[in-house]
Amino acid sequence: MTAHESPRAPSPIRAFAPLAGLLLAFSVGPAPAMAVQQRPTADACIECHLTLDEDRLSAPATMFETDIHAERGFGCLACHGARKNSDALDPSAGFLSKPSRREIPELCGSCHSDAAFMRDYDPSLRVDQVLEYRSSIHGQRLMEEDDADVATCVSCHPAHATRPPSDTESSVYPSRVAELCGSCHGDPEIMGRHDIGTEQLEDYKGSVHGKLMYEEEDLTAPTCNDCHGNHGAAPPGLASVANVCGECHSMMATLFSENGHADLFIEQDLPGCATCHANHAVEEVTDEALTLRSEEICGQCHEDDDPFGHEFVEMKRLVDSLKAQHAAGLTLLEEAENAGMEVGQALFELEGVNTALTKARTAVHSFRVDPVKEEVEAGLEIAEAARRRGIEALEEHRFRRVGLALSTAVIALLIVGLLLKIKDIEERATESLPP
Amino acid sequence: MTEQRHAGAMRRLWQWLDYRVGLSELLPLARKKRVPIHRHTFWYYMGGMLVFLFMLQVATGVLLLFYYRPSSEGAFESIQFLMAEVEFGWLIRSIHAWGANLMVFTAFVHMFSVYLLKAYRAPRELTWMTGAGLLFLAMGLGFTGYLLPWNELAFFATRVGTEIPAVIPGVGPFIREFLRGGDDVTGATLTRFYALHISVLPGLMILLVGLHVLLVQRHGMSVPPSVEAEGGGKTSISFFPNFVLRDLVGWLSALAILAAMAAFFPAELGEKADPFASAPIGIKPEWYFMFMFQSLKYFPARVLGVEGELVGVLAFGFMAAVLVLMPFLDRGGKDGRPDPFWNILAWGTLLYIIVLTYVGYTADSTL
Repeated sequence: MTAHESPRAPSPIRAFAPLAGLLLAFSVGPAPAMAVQQRPTADACIECHLTLDEDRLSAPATMFETDIHAERGFGCLACHGARKNSDALDPSAGFLSKPSRREIPELCGSCHSDAAFMRDYDPSLRVDQVLEYRSSIHGQRLMEEDDADVATCVSCHPAHATRPPSDTESSVYPSRVAELCGSCHGDPEIMGRHDIGTEQLEDYKGSVHGKLMYEEEDLTAPTCNDCHGNHGAAPPGLASVANVCGECHSMMATLFSENGHADLFIEQDLPGCATCHANHAVEEVTDEALTLRSEEICGQCHEDDDPFGHEFVEMKRLVDSLKAQHAAGLTLLEEAENAGMEVGQALFELEGVNTALTKARTAVHSFRVDPVKEEVEAGLEIAEAARRRGIEALEEHRFRRVGLALSTAVIALLIVGLLLKIKDIEERATESLPP
Repeated sequence: MTEQRHAGAMRRLWQWLDYRVGLSELLPLARKKRVPIHRHTFWYYMGGMLVFLFMLQVATGVLLLFYYRPSSEGAFESIQFLMAEVEFGWLIRSIHAWGANLMVFTAFVHMFSVYLLKAYRAPRELTWMTGAGLLFLAMGLGFTGYLLPWNELAFFATRVGTEIPAVIPGVGPFIREFLRGGDDVTGATLTRFYALHISVLPGLMILLVGLHVLLVQRHGMSVPPSVEAEGGGKTSISFFPNFVLRDLVGWLSALAILAAMAAFFPAELGEKADPFASAPIGIKPEWYFMFMFQSLKYFPARVLGVEGELVGVLAFGFMAAVLVLMPFLDRGGKDGRPDPFWNILAWGTLLYIIVLTYVGYTADSTL
């Protein structure tokens, strides 16, 4: 290895930057000319490391070929190398064989926190990851306690094998994130040292979000980092749960924040949305939960004779009434459709009931009956119109049958009349023939 | 007294018209025409039935035009509105749809009966050729009309149907683009199918029907050679009113059948066409194209170095040419009796059409 292989070395830290360039993973498109020029023409490190028997020394050389940094023109020396015109293996000249855990965030940040540098690769990429990391539980424990268990950059973005999150092979591809976090948070040995439970991964897999991610393969489904943050990972506090959920469920979060219970929940150590819906094990919400859970949860504060503690019972009755009317309308329209009647538009309009149902279920988060009632009544009007349309269509169907019978009778009479006329004409023609 | 006044008014109206139009000259002409009576007379009613069905199609088609909007944005919705909201809209559309099927079916029956009764013999060659042209026009009307509701099945069937002529070297791609009004089936295809369906094809049909009826009127009904050989076909009835009244019985029966079909099986609408959706499994053309559609599936990829589908298309083109030129190809047997080859060919073709149509509807469409 020679000093001229070092791509750039204006400062010792910057020389290592591309190893930590995990966030380059977000960038797309060809590398700028500068990066290409920096790439060593022959990477002697890789050539040599590939021949080494020890896996820890040969594996980085093997993996690095597909690393995003390699693709962007960065070689080994970009992170491990020394200053220009010095011995590449000389630690005093900046050579770094293996950065310590404490050094890693700063090493990565030397490039990824430099907006001017990153602009050459991906101007849209954020440059505050290190700052966020320092605020995270991981970062704080690393910096303050030198905790060997906490994650650093390379725990999630493996050194020498970093891929963009959009790459299906990436360790941070959305469908891999939960397993990635679970590799530590599901390990009883590691978590046992910090008195943290290990059920989160399994809870998530069984949750409505996990099912969306794994069964429906919906990559937009929330995973760990959507609620906890990624570089600034930390559990949301009691007061923040609704904000976190509200990122997606904004209507519910707004209604909850306005219903006067948000502060009361915090006072009672109740974790906002998670009080009813759980956190990692969020289940699919059913209307039955309105009464089953509310009795248990509301009963913690509301006495049995307190009418406000039982409003969910009325809400469920309203929602059930709308569902029943929807089913009645749908049954009639389907019966008419099966009879050959054109009720496509009516069926389309009936979909409005589902919209009203969704709105009513959302309004439940106001914890008041009136907003739910308002939405249900709007839906009932639509359902009633569909029901009437179904009845009309079936009446029309009966009318057609009667009409057909009458018109067939008229036509049959005409045919009989014609046949009699033909017979008459032909008989007269025969009679007029000469004998 | 009232009846006498009424009869007097009718007589005055007749005289008024007769003076200006010459009605009394037409009556002897109609009465003069005779229709032979023999064991195959039944088949003579097919022609009149086709005229009735065509008139019914024109009448119901005009009523449909009152509501139909020929655009990819409005076609489906306008038919949906017609079927659900317009008084008797369902009846008009259903009769139009079933009437179209019955018309093509009757045209096939008419063609096969005329063929088997050898009615195309001289001097009726042109009558036959105009009849063959009318059959093609009826099929063209069916093809263009199928797309007009702009539903999913019709959209994809039209995409497949308009792709088929593209295999013809040279003009094929032009034909496809001409039919589609672009590279693919779009709103532009709908508007040109609409134009063809409501003006060009019916216009041509009226002209050919006129010529066909004129020739039938001129040459009279043909007595089949088999009946002639037996010495039959000598007795006859007047075309007017005897035959016309019998025709009317047939027409009323057809109307009753169409009304029943409309009431029990109203024309379906399905889902609106979505050009960006993937084609549904089991796209099928109208039944009268099924035997050709199914045949093309059985052609190997290449036949003697030529693309199989092209061979299929050319084969059907050849069959159509044979059909049109039949009066000149069938010159009769040596002893003056009909050449059995042509009868065997007709029965073989009929069997082929029935079997392939059956297979087309029952075979696994994913194969």
